[in-house]
Amino acid sequence: MTYGPARALPGDQIRITTNPDTEPFWQAAKEHKLTACECGECGHFRMPPTAVCPECGSRAKNWPALPGTGTVFSYAICNKNPKNGEDYVYVPVVVDLDGAPGTRLNANVSGCDAEDVHIGMKVIVDWTPIQDDWVLPNFKKA
Amino acid sequence: MAWVNQDKCAIVGVGSTDYYVRGKSWPRTINDMAVEAIMNACADAGISHKQIDGFSYYSTAGAGYLDKFDTASLMETLGMPHISWSATLTSGGGGCPGAIGLATAGLMNEDCTYSVTLMALQQLPQHRLGVVFGSAAPNPENSFLQPSGLVGPGHLMSVLARRHMHLYGTTQDAFGEVVMATRANTHNRPKAVRKEPLTKEQYDASVMLADPLRRLDFCLETDGAVAVITTTMDRAKDCRHKPAVVHAAAHGGQREWGRAFAWMGMPDPHFASSGHKFTADRVWAQSGLSAKDMDVALIYDHFSPMVLMQLEDYGFCEKGEGNDYVLSGKLRYDPVTGKGVNGGTPVNTHGGNLNEAYIIGMTHIVEGVEQVRGTAINQVKDAEFALVSGGPASLPVSSLILRKD
Ligand SMILES: [Zn+2]
Repeated sequence: MTYGPARALPGDQIRITTNPDTEPFWQAAKEHKLTACECGECGHFRMPPTAVCPECGSRAKNWPALPGTGTVFSYAICNKNPKNGEDYVYVPVVVDLDGAPGTRLNANVSGCDAEDVHIGMKVIVDWTPIQDDWVLPNFKKA
Repeated sequence: MAWVNQDKCAIVGVGSTDYYVRGKSWPRTINDMAVEAIMNACADAGISHKQIDGFSYYSTAGAGYLDKFDTASLMETLGMPHISWSATLTSGGGGCPGAIGLATAGLMNEDCTYSVTLMALQQLPQHRLGVVFGSAAPNPENSFLQPSGLVGPGHLMSVLARRHMHLYGTTQDAFGEVVMATRANTHNRPKAVRKEPLTKEQYDASVMLADPLRRLDFCLETDGAVAVITTTMDRAKDCRHKPAVVHAAAHGGQREWGRAFAWMGMPDPHFASSGHKFTADRVWAQSGLSAKDMDVALIYDHFSPMVLMQLEDYGFCEKGEGNDYVLSGKLRYDPVTGKGVNGGTPVNTHGGNLNEAYIIGMTHIVEGVEQVRGTAINQVKDAEFALVSGGPASLPVSSLILRKD
């Protein structure tokens, strides 16, 4: 099927909320730094950020700066804006993050036609301002 | 090792309301439908609804997606004199057949004597499952999912299906065959919502809602209620019908599946799966049986690719071979012989969530009961064992094996 350009969903319709476990991720995103939650004891990465490390039980956390690149693990092609039902081609992607083994982000990808997105495609972070002055990590074709 | 509660309890009554297209059950209330289903199930069992003293729910006692069952309200409504068991499995529809295992726990602990498991669903415009996810205020966890626009269950499932296609060469033709094979079982079912035969051309023309999934890969949106009564085998002998014996029941799952498509963190090969491997292995271990011993499989079918992936997880075929298994016609029921086709096990002889009605899995239990009673509309000849599955969803998912008495 032919869909045409993949677009990120409009940031002004997107809201997030945070809690003390997740807020450092979003504070870093505000500064256009992509990070992931790393155990301060054993170095295991986990996302979304949670209170303790599932491997060793430690509460210590690091928030390293990641390269901001990744690989498409899977995706769907959608053609309606979920907020208003209007025609809108967007591609939700599940992205394996470089520099943080085992972690993923769910985002939109742009910079190519929707039908050209494929598993294994290299992507780079693309920052989208959203409601309440937060910033969302999306991706574009690398 | 055989399950300690194997063959100790049985489902003795099943009851339902009519099935309505989404929203059409109004002005009936959801409790009106729930109590009709309970009373019908009790009549089927040959007991009074005032003998019910246990409630074994799933989906966190949810009635649909925004309503909740409340035991106190139900027992006041129905005039039950007392209750001594009121429990639920957590998460959502994945716990449906597992709730029969929960009932068994209450019965074998001598907390209750007759347990009801029920679901009622009324999708008024503001209650549609497809929009519940998207309209919910994002909590800190789903703030890592919802902004991607993966807001409906069909969006989520399409991402899993895509990975399965990538890893194993699975085709959309196989998804279509799941829908067509089970549609072929509803033409003679008076209560089924979709009864007309489905051609491949019609399937291929179905609108793409979340590529690679078409509208017809999504289950129905229906209203209605279904209840089933579980009791101990000694009491079951006095009921109206032959008992549908609870031979094995399990719920749960493993960490790699976890929240599943509520986050998308599953590693391969779990990502492109139904998350059922763990409970499948448990019911096989509890029973000493395997997929080839099942005479009929009632497989939770909210989305067609998840049927294919469950067939792999339960071992009807090898992992990654679901495409060929499905396309060889092995899901189909042959009404002439009363058996499967091409050596397969008939799947969803009632039409399933895709074609008959979607009451969050309860219709699969009803069909399992009717098959081992020998009274199903599309009766599998000499059916002894029926597999019932629930989910795939965030854990727990669950499984049930019913045996002919
Ligand atoms: Zn650790």
